[in-house]
Amino acid sequence: MSPERPAIDRGIRTRLGWLIPLGALVGIFWGGPLCRAQEAPQRASQVQVQVPQQATQPTGQLAPLPPLTGHVVDQTHTLTPEQQARIEQALAAFETRKGSQLAVLLVPTTQPETIEQYALRVAEQWQLGRKKVDDGAILVVAKNDRTLRIEVGYGLEGALNDATSKRIIEDTITPRFRQQDFAGGILAGVQRMVGVIDGEPLPAPTVGLAQEPLDEIAWIIAVGALLGFVLRAVLGRFPGALMTAAIVGAVTWFMLGLLSLALVAGGITLLTTWIGIAGLLRARYGGRGGPGGGFRGGGGGFGGGGASGRW
Amino acid sequence: MTSAFHRWTARLLLLATLSLSGCGYNQFQSGNERVKASWSEVLSQYQRRADLIPNLVNVVKGQADFEQSTLQAVVQARAQATAIQASPELVNDPQAFQKFQQAQTALTGSLSRLLAVSENYPTLRANQGFIDLQAQLEGTENRIAVARNRYILAVQDYNVTVHSFPSNLTAWALGYQEKPNFSVENEQAMARPPSVNFGTGKRASPSGPPTPGKGATP
Repeated sequence: MSPERPAIDRGIRTRLGWLIPLGALVGIFWGGPLCRAQEAPQRASQVQVQVPQQATQPTGQLAPLPPLTGHVVDQTHTLTPEQQARIEQALAAFETRKGSQLAVLLVPTTQPETIEQYALRVAEQWQLGRKKVDDGAILVVAKNDRTLRIEVGYGLEGALNDATSKRIIEDTITPRFRQQDFAGGILAGVQRMVGVIDGEPLPAPTVGLAQEPLDEIAWIIAVGALLGFVLRAVLGRFPGALMTAAIVGAVTWFMLGLLSLALVAGGITLLTTWIGIAGLLRARYGGRGGPGGGFRGGGGGFGGGGASGRW
Repeated sequence: MTSAFHRWTARLLLLATLSLSGCGYNQFQSGNERVKASWSEVLSQYQRRADLIPNLVNVVKGQADFEQSTLQAVVQARAQATAIQASPELVNDPQAFQKFQQAQTALTGSLSRLLAVSENYPTLRANQGFIDLQAQLEGTENRIAVARNRYILAVQDYNVTVHSFPSNLTAWALGYQEKPNFSVENEQAMARPPSVNFGTGKRASPSGPPTPGKGATP
């Protein structure tokens, strides 16, 4: 009995010995995605840098931000449709001509935040202005608080600097606000902002909508799908799908440096190519009625420049 | 038999190390870069404020009867704040960081006192140069607050990485340490609304920022 035990032991050990590095390998492949998964939310929070938690502590929940529905967002119903259309038109025309994105937001109150905190949060969510040019600006009016602020993107801080913003607020906007002429104040203020920004040399506007670039991964999968058609025809259904998946996975890994993403991309490609993407594509793009013509931020950055005022 | 087992253990350890460095290490590098970048932004905004103060002092000096002690306090606080070598390496030295912070907070305090006292001088308040400078200072205070917030977030992220599993093993192995953040007491002082006495002006004792300056993080 006893001499046999080591033999069994050895057998188990050998088998275990194989299991351990295998487990480690699996661990690497799984550990990668796990760690990335931890990283991903952090990246998300970096993109839409929100006011940190501490800011919310004394007061609780922050007010939800209004969605960007146009160049003029009026939550107080102060402006008549005609007035709103007029300002909207001026700002849209300026965007086509100069490329800079300006917007006006009217809210009842910014409580519990100050108007500076609120305006920055709006700026970070809307991301007005072109990416890298950062030529966005927002005029925020908190009607019941009787405060207003011009929040200026990084790229406009030279032209629409703090002193100029303050002058626009004090000389042009608040005198009209004091006489309850909100539409007049906003329009005159916006026109002065436009005039100031016009003097600033900025990159020419690109033709068409300022569109957010598609994710690289989406492009790779789309190209992979096309490749899949060809390879499936040449190699047969499953081998073609496998080949395409391998290529897509390798390209993703090479371009993005994330093994987990590469595996996901490869897996998606394998499935779509194997099962067939015609139906999937129809389902995905069929519903889209062409370019929507909506207004959205171009990804501009803000750093707290601008000026505030009261009336 | 045991030697084979040891060999496998060694390989396992090697693989484990590889997998660790694969996930924790890069995170530390990018986190470190982000902390450095946001700290540079904080420094440049403080610098911007320090650069504005001489102009402000000159304009205020034009007001002959201006309270000299208030003016002197600003000049001194600025001298003290700029005397500290504000280098990016400050982030890795908690003590120097603390000192830098104290100097900047003192400057914030004396500046806001000066702006509050200026309320008592109508000619100064009507001076366009003073109005522009005040707007620039307010804007800069707001930028400082924003830059500080972003620094706080970056450091939070980094410190979470230092402490959470499994990246804490990487931090332990490579000696990465927690980075200093702005302290809470400090934040409360920064966020306190300015108390401006419109009566006599004698008691005007603002210990907060001169404007609603977007109190860093309450």
